[in-house]
Amino acid sequence: MDDVRLRPPRNRVERRAVAWWTTQSSIFALPLPIVFAVLYLFIPPARTWFGWCLAITLVPGLAYMLVMPAWRYRVHRWETTNEAVYASSGWLWQRWRVVPLSRVQTVDTLRGPLQQMFRLSGITVTTASASGAVKIKGLDHRVAADVVEHLTKYTQATPGDAA
Amino acid sequence: MSADAPVRHRTDAANPEWERLNARLILVHASLLAAPLASWAATLVATGGKVNLQALITLGSLLITFLVVTSIGMMRYLTTRYRITEDRVELRSGLLFRSHRAIRLDRIRSVDLTANPVHRVFGLTSLRIGTGEQTHSAGRKLTLDGVSKAQAAELRQRLLSRRDALGAAAVEDDGLIADMDWSWIRYAPLTIWGVGGVLAAVGTAYRTLHEMKVDPLQLGFVKDIEAHYGSVPLWFGILITLLIIVVLGAIFSTATFTEGWYGYRLEREDGGTFRVLRGLLVTRSVTIEERRLRGVELGETMFLRWAGGARLNAVASGLGDRDENRKRRMLTPPVPRAEALRVAADVLSEAESPTSLTDLRPHPRIALRRRVNRALTVTALIVIPLAALGLWLSTALLYAAVAAAVVLLPVTLALAYDAYRTLGHGMRGRYLVTRSGTFAHRTVALQREGIIGWNISSSFFQRRSGLLTLGATTSAGEHCYKVRDVTVSEGLSFAEEAVPHLLTPFLERVPTHRRDRRRR
Repeated sequence: MDDVRLRPPRNRVERRAVAWWTTQSSIFALPLPIVFAVLYLFIPPARTWFGWCLAITLVPGLAYMLVMPAWRYRVHRWETTNEAVYASSGWLWQRWRVVPLSRVQTVDTLRGPLQQMFRLSGITVTTASASGAVKIKGLDHRVAADVVEHLTKYTQATPGDAA
Repeated sequence: MSADAPVRHRTDAANPEWERLNARLILVHASLLAAPLASWAATLVATGGKVNLQALITLGSLLITFLVVTSIGMMRYLTTRYRITEDRVELRSGLLFRSHRAIRLDRIRSVDLTANPVHRVFGLTSLRIGTGEQTHSAGRKLTLDGVSKAQAAELRQRLLSRRDALGAAAVEDDGLIADMDWSWIRYAPLTIWGVGGVLAAVGTAYRTLHEMKVDPLQLGFVKDIEAHYGSVPLWFGILITLLIIVVLGAIFSTATFTEGWYGYRLEREDGGTFRVLRGLLVTRSVTIEERRLRGVELGETMFLRWAGGARLNAVASGLGDRDENRKRRMLTPPVPRAEALRVAADVLSEAESPTSLTDLRPHPRIALRRRVNRALTVTALIVIPLAALGLWLSTALLYAAVAAAVVLLPVTLALAYDAYRTLGHGMRGRYLVTRSGTFAHRTVALQREGIIGWNISSSFFQRRSGLLTLGATTSAGEHCYKVRDVTVSEGLSFAEEAVPHLLTPFLERVPTHRRDRRRR
C-alpha cells in the first residue's frame, strides 16, 4: 500500500525574491519600532517605557523579516506543463494550486513598484472561478514573459470551454 | 406611445423601433416624495408644531435628497429607450453620460422579474437580464426598471424563446417540481434570523426617534416597563426579556417567511430552464439555466435540523456576484428534509439526490482532535480573562468564570463532536459530495465536470497532523467547495478519482511507513 503525496513543483522562484519579501515586510514591521526609537532618544524621562515598547515591537518585527522570506523561498515553486499550471505558495499557511490549461481564461503579468526594483514579475492565471486563480510571484522578467507565451500558446491549443 | 402598448415588432425584427419604459414610472418616482413629506408631518405631530433647528436641518436635507433621487429617476425615465432586435437587446440611457449597451440574445443566461411594493401598486415590474459572466464590467447585466407586468411577462418569454431559437433548444416536459405547502410554515420560526431582525428593528427605531429629538427612554410606556422591571427579581426579568425577544423573533421570521415564499413555485420550463416564483410584497422570479446548474447544496441550520427540516440551494453559474448568488440560488424554502431531497433529485434529473448519500467517508480521528482543541481554546479565551479579573477585582466574577466553564465546556465539546461527525466526503456518479459545518451543516453535491482546478491548502497545525483541506474550484455558486481536514493521502487520491489525470502528474507515491494506516 502506497501513500500519495504532492511533489513540489519543478521550478523555484528567483533568489532575488527573498530580498523583495524582506523589503516588503520591513514596510510593515519597521515604522512602529522606528517611532518608538525616536521617542526613546528624544524623551529621556520616559526612556524605560519607550524602551520596552521598542523591544516589544522590534523583536517580533525582525523575527518576521528574517523568517518569513526564507521560509517563503523554500515553499514558493511553480511548474507549467502542456496540460496544467501548478504552483505552491505560502509559509505558515501553504497552498498548492492546479489549473488545467483548458480552463484558463486570462494570463496577466503584474509588476508592482517594489517588484520592479528587484526586476521581478508576477503572473496571475485566472479561470471562471473567482477563487481559482493561480498566482506565481517573484519571477524574473524574461522567465515571466516566456511563461506567459507558453501559457497563451497552450491555452489556445487545448480544447475546452473555460467554463 | 401609450402606457400599455404591447411590444409587437416581430415582423420587422431587423430594425425595430426604440421603446420607452412605462409612463407610470413617473408616478413611482413622484411617490418617493411621500417619505420626506410623511416624516415632516410625523415630526409636526410628535413635537406639537415646535420644530427645532436640528430637526429642521435633518428634514430639509432629507427632502433635498429625495428631490435629487426623484429627479434622477425622472431623468432616467425620460432618456431610457430599449429594443430587441434579431440577435440582441439594446438599452440606451443617460443625458450627460450617454450609455448604449447591448447583450447578444444567445448570451442571456437569466431573465428575472422583481417588483417592489411601490412598483406593484402601479402594476409595474423590473426585468433584469443577466449574462452570467464573471467579469465586473458593464454590459453583462441589463435592467429594464419599470415595465408593465404583462409587458414584462411577454418580454421574458420573447427573450428566452429567441435565445433558444438561436441556440440549441432542449425539449423537456415542462412541469411543476414543487409548490407551496403551508404546513412548511412550522419551520419558519426556526430560522435564527428572526432574533437578529428584532434587535435590528429596535435599534433602528431608537435611532430614528433619537434623531427626531424624542428620547425613547422618556416615553410613558417605556418608563412603565422600567418600573416593572425594578419590582421583579433580576433572573425573572432576564427570563421574561429573553422570552419576549424569542417570541418576537419567531413572529418576525414567520412574517419574513410569508413575505419571501408566498406563492412559491419551482417549475421546469421549455428550453431547459428552471423558474422559481415567490414573494408576497416583493414578487421574485428567478430563472436558472439547467446546463448552468452544477449541483445542489443542502443547508441544515441547527434548529431546522433538529426539527428535521432543510433547505435546498442551487449551485449554478451565472447567478451574479456573491450577494446576488446568495439571494437567487434558493430553490426551496425550509422544507422537510425528504422533500428537499426529492426536489434535489428532480432538479438534477437523478433517481436519488446525491446529497442523500449516507455512507460518506468519515474523516480521520485527528480532525476530531482539532475541533476539540478549538472548543477548548474558545472556552479558555472566555473563562481565563474572567477568572483573572475575578482574582484581581471580586469573587463574584470568579463565580461567573466557574459558571461559564461549567456551561461552555460541555456545549462547545458537543459542538466539536457534532462538527466532526458532520465531516464527510464521497463520490456518487457524476457528483463529488462534501459535508461540513458546525452550527449549520452543509452538504454540497458538485458535478465533477464542473471542477476547474484544485486549491489545496494546509496550515501549520494541519501539516503537523498530516492533514489538508481540498478545495474544488468551479465557476458555479461559491466558486470553491472544500473537503476539510482529510489525510494527505486520502485527500489527494480522492481528488485524483474525482477529476482523473489533472492531479496525476504532480503526485508521487511513497511506500507507507507511518503508523497511521489509512482506510480505503
